[in-house]
Amino acid sequence: MLALTLVILVWTLFPVYYMVLLSLTPTNDLFQPALYIDNPTLRSYVYTMGQDNPFVRYFWQQLLTSLTVSLWTMVLVGVIAAMGSFAMARMKFRFRRYVSGLTLFTYVIPSSFLAIPFFKMMADYDLIDTKLSLILAMVTFATPYALWVLSDYARSLPPEIEEAGAIDGAGTLATFFYLYVPLIIPPLIAIGTYAFLYAWNEYLYALLLLTGEQHIPLPVAMSNFLTTDNAPWNLLMAVSTVYSIPPVILYYAFKRYLVSGLVSGAVSGT
Amino acid sequence: MSPTTREGGLSALPRAVVGSRLPAVLRSPTLQGFVFTAPLLLLFAAFVVYPMLSGLYAATDPDSYRAIFGDPVFRQTVSNTLWYVVVAVNVKLVLALLLSGILDYPFLSIRVLAALFLIPWAIPALPGILSFRWMLNSQWGIFNHLLTKLGFESVPWLAQHDTALAFVIIFHIWKYLPFWTIIFLAGRRAIPNELYEAAAIDGGGVVQSFFSITFPLLKSLYLICTLLSMVFTLGDFTVPWLLTGGAPGDTTHVLATLAYRYTFAMGRLEWGLSTFAVALPVTLLFIGMLMRWVKI
Repeated sequence: MLALTLVILVWTLFPVYYMVLLSLTPTNDLFQPALYIDNPTLRSYVYTMGQDNPFVRYFWQQLLTSLTVSLWTMVLVGVIAAMGSFAMARMKFRFRRYVSGLTLFTYVIPSSFLAIPFFKMMADYDLIDTKLSLILAMVTFATPYALWVLSDYARSLPPEIEEAGAIDGAGTLATFFYLYVPLIIPPLIAIGTYAFLYAWNEYLYALLLLTGEQHIPLPVAMSNFLTTDNAPWNLLMAVSTVYSIPPVILYYAFKRYLVSGLVSGAVSGT
Repeated sequence: MSPTTREGGLSALPRAVVGSRLPAVLRSPTLQGFVFTAPLLLLFAAFVVYPMLSGLYAATDPDSYRAIFGDPVFRQTVSNTLWYVVVAVNVKLVLALLLSGILDYPFLSIRVLAALFLIPWAIPALPGILSFRWMLNSQWGIFNHLLTKLGFESVPWLAQHDTALAFVIIFHIWKYLPFWTIIFLAGRRAIPNELYEAAAIDGGGVVQSFFSITFPLLKSLYLICTLLSMVFTLGDFTVPWLLTGGAPGDTTHVLATLAYRYTFAMGRLEWGLSTFAVALPVTLLFIGMLMRWVKI
């Protein structure tokens, strides 16, 4: 049992450990692989923060682009899924079945299958190189799962919500804003985090839709390191580590919501 | 609370109270449902249905299918994609099912292990891929360093087809194993404990209770997870593209990376679209099966 635990830990943590290790490696030691380093240095982080290397010239701008796209995705997915889940879980209307089917279809179809036509469409509308195009793509692909988790949660709420609203004479809109939204805050946090991370982690659409060092988000900038043979890997790993920190913090801060929200959606699907 | 009121939702409200201030048209549940789902519908129509149909329309030329089927890179890609999808997903899910059994124990040490175990899922794919890439570097990677130290030959991991493809599969398992383990863990926790207690009284061991209780009850969840994961993996771009980029010599492409190469490196948009169109029938079959079992 102990041996198994050890294997799982090494398997899980070693690539992460190695990333951090490389980010602390002085450039002179980069080509002498080892399991630990004698002279760790924060120089790569200093260069990154100070944009003091051609590879990280636009670091802060790229970070800001990633952040902007992710925050907009989070907000829009939250609004759209909150509205949608209210209808899907608490109303009975004629074409409900089609909404459900279309949502599930969008969830399941790999987003890469739609990438080329989506790119062409954005080119036709002259939206290439705008954050809007990437935000639209991210909102589209993050919404289905968000709707799934929220609707599932909303179905478990008692029917007294509408009854209470009815007694107070509240219309549908008032019931939605004052009674429904406050009750779905926990899963809303979960899907907000999910949407943020979805956009933060996205690579393909970011690669296609945004070009030019000043417009690209962080992951695309990182992959551009790979196009040259003499990429400074310690610097790249420092950027990687910085890029990984927000998701890890978000993940552990909202773990409770995230795991229960995502899992209830997945399990109840059966 | 009777099931009818619960099912009825808003439409089950006393009409006189809720509708008193609204004209009849606006009280229609169909209209209200439409208003609340309009953003979703617009989004999916504009950015899923429309690109899909326009892509299919542009991929109707039989010449581009003749061209890609005649391309040896395409045939290699289909085989790579099948290996990737079938091996990576199934190995990952079997491991996830077994690991979820271990992580289910309520000890503190197991809880700590479970929290650490989730790290690959919490960090984005890209940093993990870059770390693997450097570890696998033929000259300066830690793998070859350790191998040569132990007296073995160094291996050009990412410079030959078999090992490169194997590491695409291994990375996929590393990155996504935690997520599916959590899903199965939740599935296990939904199984009533009484069943296991009864099995223990009957003298069944761990293995026996797995096959007589756990697996039969998790079977449909397992099947759905397999289908979902297979469809997702079928369209994966990030892992193969950033780990191998199709190298060496375009032998390790999967569908998505090959379509990218056709479209953007070779300027053959219709080939790129046809590459996806080839995978569409099996994708639609999987989606159809999923839609029968899963409801939103």
